[in-house]
Amino acid sequence: MGLDVLANLLYQFADNMAFLLLAALGLMIILGVIDVINLAHGEFIMLGAYLTALSYNWGHLPLPACAVVSMVGVGLFGLVLERTLIRRFYQDKLGALVATWGVSLILSQGILIVFGPSMAAVPFPQWTLTVGASSFDGYRLMLFGVAVGAVAVLWWLLYHTRIGVQTRAAMQNAEMAACLGIRIRRIYLLTFAAGSALAGLTGALYAPTTTIVPLMGTGFVDVAFITVVVGGGANPIVGALTSAAVLSVISAPLASISGTFIGRIGLLVAALVVIRFLPQGFSGYVRDLQRRRMGAAAAP
Amino acid sequence: MGRGVLDVSNLSAGYGSGSILQGVTLEIGAGEIVAMIGRNGVGKSTLMKAIMGVLPATSGEVAFMGQPITHLSPEQRAAMGIGYVPQGREIFPELTVEENLMMGETINRDKRGTRYDIVYAYFPVLRERRRQLAGTFSGGQQQMLAIGRALVGAPRLLLVDEPSVGIQPTIVLEIGEVLEKINAEEGLTILLVEQNTRLIARLAHRGYAMDKGRIVARLGRDQLTNQDMLVQYLAV
Repeated sequence: MGLDVLANLLYQFADNMAFLLLAALGLMIILGVIDVINLAHGEFIMLGAYLTALSYNWGHLPLPACAVVSMVGVGLFGLVLERTLIRRFYQDKLGALVATWGVSLILSQGILIVFGPSMAAVPFPQWTLTVGASSFDGYRLMLFGVAVGAVAVLWWLLYHTRIGVQTRAAMQNAEMAACLGIRIRRIYLLTFAAGSALAGLTGALYAPTTTIVPLMGTGFVDVAFITVVVGGGANPIVGALTSAAVLSVISAPLASISGTFIGRIGLLVAALVVIRFLPQGFSGYVRDLQRRRMGAAAAP
Repeated sequence: MGRGVLDVSNLSAGYGSGSILQGVTLEIGAGEIVAMIGRNGVGKSTLMKAIMGVLPATSGEVAFMGQPITHLSPEQRAAMGIGYVPQGREIFPELTVEENLMMGETINRDKRGTRYDIVYAYFPVLRERRRQLAGTFSGGQQQMLAIGRALVGAPRLLLVDEPSVGIQPTIVLEIGEVLEKINAEEGLTILLVEQNTRLIARLAHRGYAMDKGRIVARLGRDQLTNQDMLVQYLAV
């Protein structure tokens, strides 16, 4: 009995954390590297879901192939958008906010005009896993694996590839990085495309779990923003992991006892408390700690 | 215009409405170490930033290896072979020493191979501590790292802005020795902004004195080794 409750809690936690991570990762790396808040992030996720629905229902592709189509499609969309629009606003952060908000409106209304108010559903893969007296959705467990895998890939890219180290250098001091010949614009372009591709992947993965409608992005973007704000932009990897884990620990039990609505409220309250005490989020706090320790060590 | 490594003619630049550089003209030939001296706030660092392209020129021209670079970005100038060691060092504190050095590889895209061995030979401490985060380094070690980071990319011209500030005298000496050796062994051209009279006397082949955004004197080797002469340009 006790074991069942524990297993159930763990499952809820994994499900919750996967959702927070996948919803927030793309937004977070764009904020962390380029310092631009992409208000169209939710609509990028929606585009990913539409691409999956289209390639599943019309193209008759298997779901994993649909996910690839969504990632590549939304990633390319981000690439083009950065080249044509976003890069004009790097010196003007408020302008970037308005511009991406405009993009979000155009996307959701455009999809409404082209495809109507709803889209043919993608069936939910029924993989049931039974442990003792409880049973769990295998698909949702897989989502957790994909979320953790996505973080691992990001970490590998940032810490073990040349372009990743250049990206971290640009995050710490973009002007100096440019003075060393590092192509900052290319880093920003690739980051925006990667963040967009992650949004596309999220849309693809959650397409079977929801009804696919033009305004579905809003269901992702609120938790995405809470996760990003609590995590902070100082280090997307540390930020995403700590924030998603802490928020899930708080909201998963609340949600399983009192329902999703109370779970969301718990999320908000937790975010408010964290921001009150750590205005730069978890990763900003970790960075400040590290800098203070370095400062103590670096006395001449 | 000559065919030196660096030719600056009538260069003006500044922040906002105020122009700090007011028509600077100078040239540096291959293999020279040229000192730029002057009091605080006369525009020495501004000149370095304008040569690097961090600050756009409001008028005048900069040419590097005979090619005009006035309208190029800092990235493009670095790629052509200008290595920059800024005031305050500006190392990346949350990258390791090795990763910091790696960031210099994009300097001088025409080079053949990178120069970690040479940099590690000049500054053995960088090899010993290559896995350490650069932010944990002392000021002197950070200065060595900043110079090493530029050298990895095999620059054709090294801009060094006040390397002695806030650093122990013994390390200033060590850095001076290394710059002298690189210049002698590899013929590296160096523009050195400095106020430390000993370092200037030791390194520079010739120099310029700056005041209020202008070059006010050209100094020969004998004038640079004359402490009283230098103090005159450096005193407030």
